[in-house]
Amino acid sequence: MPAPFSPELLRLDLRAEADRIGAIVRDYLLSVRRKGVVVGLSGGIDSSVTLALCVRALGPERVFGLHMPERDSAEDTLSLSRSVSAHFGIASEAEDITALLDAAGCYRRRDKAVQSVIPGYASDWKCKIVLSGGVETGGLNVFHVVAQAPDGTQTKKRLPLEAYLGVVAASNFKQRIRKMLEYYHADRLNYATTGTPNRLEYDQGFFVKQGDGAADIKPIAHLYKTQVYALAEYLGVPEEIRRRPPTTDTYSLPQGQDEFYFALPYAQMDLCLLGKNHGYPPADVAPWVGLGVPQVERVYKDIDSKRHATRYLHLGPRLVESVVEAGNK
Amino acid sequence: MKHTTDQVKAALRDFVAGNFLLGKDARTIGDQDSFLDSGLVDSTGILEFVGFLEETWGIAVEDEELLPDNFDSLDKLTAFVMRKAPAA
Repeated sequence: MPAPFSPELLRLDLRAEADRIGAIVRDYLLSVRRKGVVVGLSGGIDSSVTLALCVRALGPERVFGLHMPERDSAEDTLSLSRSVSAHFGIASEAEDITALLDAAGCYRRRDKAVQSVIPGYASDWKCKIVLSGGVETGGLNVFHVVAQAPDGTQTKKRLPLEAYLGVVAASNFKQRIRKMLEYYHADRLNYATTGTPNRLEYDQGFFVKQGDGAADIKPIAHLYKTQVYALAEYLGVPEEIRRRPPTTDTYSLPQGQDEFYFALPYAQMDLCLLGKNHGYPPADVAPWVGLGVPQVERVYKDIDSKRHATRYLHLGPRLVESVVEAGNK
Repeated sequence: MKHTTDQVKAALRDFVAGNFLLGKDARTIGDQDSFLDSGLVDSTGILEFVGFLEETWGIAVEDEELLPDNFDSLDKLTAFVMRKAPAA
């Protein structure tokens, strides 16, 4: 008989898990003949834990950190990510990507898309995208843009399709340009690149294809966010990082991951995903997440619809027929 | 514009065929089949429906109307259109 559902199911043998991940990182590098890894650092928990695991596996001299803030990054992003690289004793470099994004038209294109729904929006305003609908009301997931004028007044408008796609497409330059720089440094050092999604993000497609979704190795993609926090403490990630709420750090207004993408804050999402993955009915999970059974049923459904909607992000290029000689099956 | 329930449903079926099935025949989609459960339509697709309703029948969809009960099958969408833009 399976164990009754409880958050205890997320408990890991942290030392054994760090050993297992480290062995796989080393094996992978040996198999591709690369000498170390590049980690893009955001000052968030996932990239910090990825860095700590790689340092534990390879030593600080084989890990290179990149800080890549831009105009819309939170003020403390750079100081936090620098504190992590200093704490773990690795070499790192700061590359401000604002000029690259400007040259690609990221801000101009995004602002134009926002202006199509909020005509007064200008480059000195701030904005973010928020997800509405879902768990409480049973409404369909739709996105709104929230824009803040320099005098602090906020306007919220639902995004029609063209504007929504325009904002997302322009903002995706950020993740793609960061990954381009990670590959530049990986190539010059003969290193591999890392991806830093946790299980929630990886499973639910919370990444940009060929942006943060691109990487040679993703050491924590199998771990629930709760487990990532537990590993962070075990590995000695600085407390200021562990206390920082998860943020996308992509838009100029502060934006929590749960208001942009996930139906619930991560601790509840973890439990719902865990319960669903292990076949527990919503009634078993509901008391642990402080929600009613119908709400958990909606979360389960939302998990499936996000899996379906983002399946494309996980797919590699489709060939007309296998090229077996190149290693395709 | 004068329209009947049958005309609305036919227009919606054509839209589904042209927009979500890349022109493939939409006759296999049952009137009550869930667009969301079948994976035919995702959240982006809902926005496409909203745009189509606005363009075709001048319907302004309110946030609180974005519910599966209004959007999640040909029958539900047809009923929603008829309520929001009844035949003149």
